[in-house]
Amino acid sequence: MRLLVNGQKHDVAVPGDMPLLWVLRDVLGLTGTKYGCGMAQCGACTVLVDGSPVRSCVRRAATVAGRAVTTIEGLSPRGDHPVQRAWTELDVVQCGYCQSGQIMAAVALLEAKPKPSDADIDAALAGNICRCGTYQRIRGAVHRAAELMEGA
Amino acid sequence: MRLPADSSRTDLSRRAFLKRSAMVAGGGLVVGFFVPPGLRRLVFAQESPAAAPAMPPANAFLRIGSDESVTILLAHSEMGQGVWTTLPMLVNEELDADWSRFRVEHAPAAGAYGHTFFKIQMTGGSTTTSSELDRYRQVGAVARSLLLAAAGARWGVAPDGCRTENGFVVCGARRASYGSLAEAAAKLPLPASVSLKRPEDWKVIGKPTRRLDMPEKITGRAQFGIDVRLPGLLTAVVARPPTFGGKVRRFDAAAAKAVPGVRAVFEIPSGVAVAGEHFWAAKRGRDALEVEWEPGPHPDTDSGQLRESYREQAQTAGAEAKSAGDVARALVAPDATPLTSQSTRPPLPPLTPLLPLIAEYAVPYLAHAPMEPLNCTVRRTAQGCEVWTGTQFQTVDQHRVAEVFGLETAQVVLHTTFLGGGFGRRANIASDFVVEAAHVAKGVDRPVKLIWTREDDIRGGYYRPMAVHRLEAVLDGQGGPLGWRQRIVTQSILAGSPFATFIQNGIDPTAVEGAADSPYVAAFPHHRVELHAVDPGVPVLWWRSVGHSHTAFAVESFVDELAHAAGRDPLEFRRVLLARAPRVRAVLELAAGKAGWGSPPPKGRARGLAVHESFGSIVAQVAEVAVDPERRIRVHRVVCAIDCGICVNPLGVRAQMESGIAFGLTAALYGELTLREGRVVESNFHDYRILRLPEMPQVEVHIVESREKPGGAGEPGTPPIAPAVANAVFALTGERLRELPLRFADS
Repeated sequence: MRLLVNGQKHDVAVPGDMPLLWVLRDVLGLTGTKYGCGMAQCGACTVLVDGSPVRSCVRRAATVAGRAVTTIEGLSPRGDHPVQRAWTELDVVQCGYCQSGQIMAAVALLEAKPKPSDADIDAALAGNICRCGTYQRIRGAVHRAAELMEGA
Repeated sequence: MRLPADSSRTDLSRRAFLKRSAMVAGGGLVVGFFVPPGLRRLVFAQESPAAAPAMPPANAFLRIGSDESVTILLAHSEMGQGVWTTLPMLVNEELDADWSRFRVEHAPAAGAYGHTFFKIQMTGGSTTTSSELDRYRQVGAVARSLLLAAAGARWGVAPDGCRTENGFVVCGARRASYGSLAEAAAKLPLPASVSLKRPEDWKVIGKPTRRLDMPEKITGRAQFGIDVRLPGLLTAVVARPPTFGGKVRRFDAAAAKAVPGVRAVFEIPSGVAVAGEHFWAAKRGRDALEVEWEPGPHPDTDSGQLRESYREQAQTAGAEAKSAGDVARALVAPDATPLTSQSTRPPLPPLTPLLPLIAEYAVPYLAHAPMEPLNCTVRRTAQGCEVWTGTQFQTVDQHRVAEVFGLETAQVVLHTTFLGGGFGRRANIASDFVVEAAHVAKGVDRPVKLIWTREDDIRGGYYRPMAVHRLEAVLDGQGGPLGWRQRIVTQSILAGSPFATFIQNGIDPTAVEGAADSPYVAAFPHHRVELHAVDPGVPVLWWRSVGHSHTAFAVESFVDELAHAAGRDPLEFRRVLLARAPRVRAVLELAAGKAGWGSPPPKGRARGLAVHESFGSIVAQVAEVAVDPERRIRVHRVVCAIDCGICVNPLGVRAQMESGIAFGLTAALYGELTLREGRVVESNFHDYRILRLPEMPQVEVHIVESREKPGGAGEPGTPPIAPAVANAVFALTGERLRELPLRFADS
């Protein structure tokens, strides 16, 4: 099948039931997208497919063939997407393992709602677990990213 | 402990062995440094140490390159707690280099990177800052001294006449960058001694500093163990017995081997390994595998029955952990009326003298559930083997891998990656996942990465032990402390481990910490803390805050019960009990004041408080709680105060308080592992719930200004939150919830 990941075409031969997550990680070597639960419970594997957040651990790669997949590696060339800048400003991360998924979920939210309310953030990020408990700073950083995007 | 007034002079010839060499590619200065055993004395006293052992060449803590780079090697693991930033800060307090040039690496596993108290290379017990406050500052001071000497020699001036400024040595109008001096500095003789700055001159320590690991962690570049990629790498999963201690009876590999991509299926001591070209092949292979298991020695374990048996044991005397006065006499009373779990409002009337109160508290088994599932990669080499893993226990793991392969320890090269959370799980007394990976590597002829699935993690043991506390207390006629008896029934974490020697007179200190040393307990002239150590065969381990994770809940809940029973304000009652613990009392008062204790809470909410000392730091929390129409507890706001002594990075301490609260709230509201017929019922995040973003309270952190010896920050934020919430629930509803997770009887 042909995958379109971060603007690059990849022809891969993988089992038909193989989730996108493991194609990204083990075949394409894009390890920024993380495995946390394998059942769409934690959000660590969140990527964008045509701009919408998708849990790649339960999405068969075959179903996204030819569609635009964006992973954390493809978010911005220099790591300076407004969401990433906001994350830096608010010193969000701790262990960092869940943060690729958090950031991708936040990017999708801000695309859909440029000025999200706290309730919008709750709804959009409730599926992303952070065991370190960085939630308070994530909330603040999403608001800050909205400001940065507005000013951009 | 206070830092001595003149702690600034470090005599290197006496107090430490030091080495530097010009060995970096491209030239540069390497400062290696070894502080010999007994550092705790060395740091704060003036005794002379034992002779320092020889230092391996890899023992560098700091490299300054001719390219101006400043590289810090961490003896400890970065698992979210921020040592990637705080240890470089300690170096730079003395080095005065350009912070933007700092790079950080995990040190290789080697004895020279041993913990300054515990000797093994490890990260735990919230001790990194206290372990390294002096060592890493001394590294910076030695390097700066050599750079000053190199500049002095170049310019023909006395080094004393030069100063440093953000990565430059400056003398009058002359300036030389550290990088330009590094090679010359590396050839100079060592200073006989270096001076450390006086605390009042600190510019880095205490300054809020953002994390140095941010760029890689927001771009997906950060390398966790699970991200390791090697040529020819296989990925393996292991089928393990469904009951602890079970064994393989027989297995049929045919169906597993038929799965495309599966390369090997074989038995190892802990189960049956399936190795494939990628995780998905290995996982599908394991799904297809047929294994018949020999049950473990406890095939009937039932956590509910276990808890009841703990309650029965709590009726009888256990081993003495702490005792004073004559508690048996103090507790004798004619009208003993036990509190029951249905105790309701209004509170009992003010005490008549010698009315004992009795209450039992219980906490369940808990999994650590770090977001990065356990994993370890092993590659066998001509010289021995290489290991990549996110571990809190480097030299222990290294030694055990060597045992598996029959190698010398030094033949095992262990690379520490970033840890996707640790919480104690990656400091395994048996090195379980690392040893298992080594066994898997023995069965294949390619490098192999072992991955535990989330289900493997939740069901894989090494839990926070279940515990039951039975408390009895009696107040005097004025509501003051008289008698306190506490019986703890739980498993020993240390028994059977390399740390079993810490068990003295039947007391595993990790089972009674936070109770035996509680200032509340000490306030009762007659008191006794007892322990029943039980062994139901469930593997247990330190879980963020260890024993404090249950002792704080029992002690602080019971103190609250006593306050209400005595008709006293919970804050005032505690202030009296803490009369002889002024530092603890001050932290409690700070949190209470900032939370508006005494003023009416927002409508529909109530406040509860708790204060607890652990790992050298004191943390008080006031939780503001509501109960929604579905009878679910909702924590809206937590005001947290901490006295951690010297605070190296306030941003890091704040983050750790938020983190400890979130971790403790998960346990307070949701966390519970259930065992039925020897098997763990829960398996993944759908039935082992973790606090989610909408449930995170607004957290405010207040840090006490202090020059006391630094305590920890990683763990002390966790213990107080469960009792603070339970106490708030009582204040709101009149219902006293004595089991974690907190649940109403009717919900």
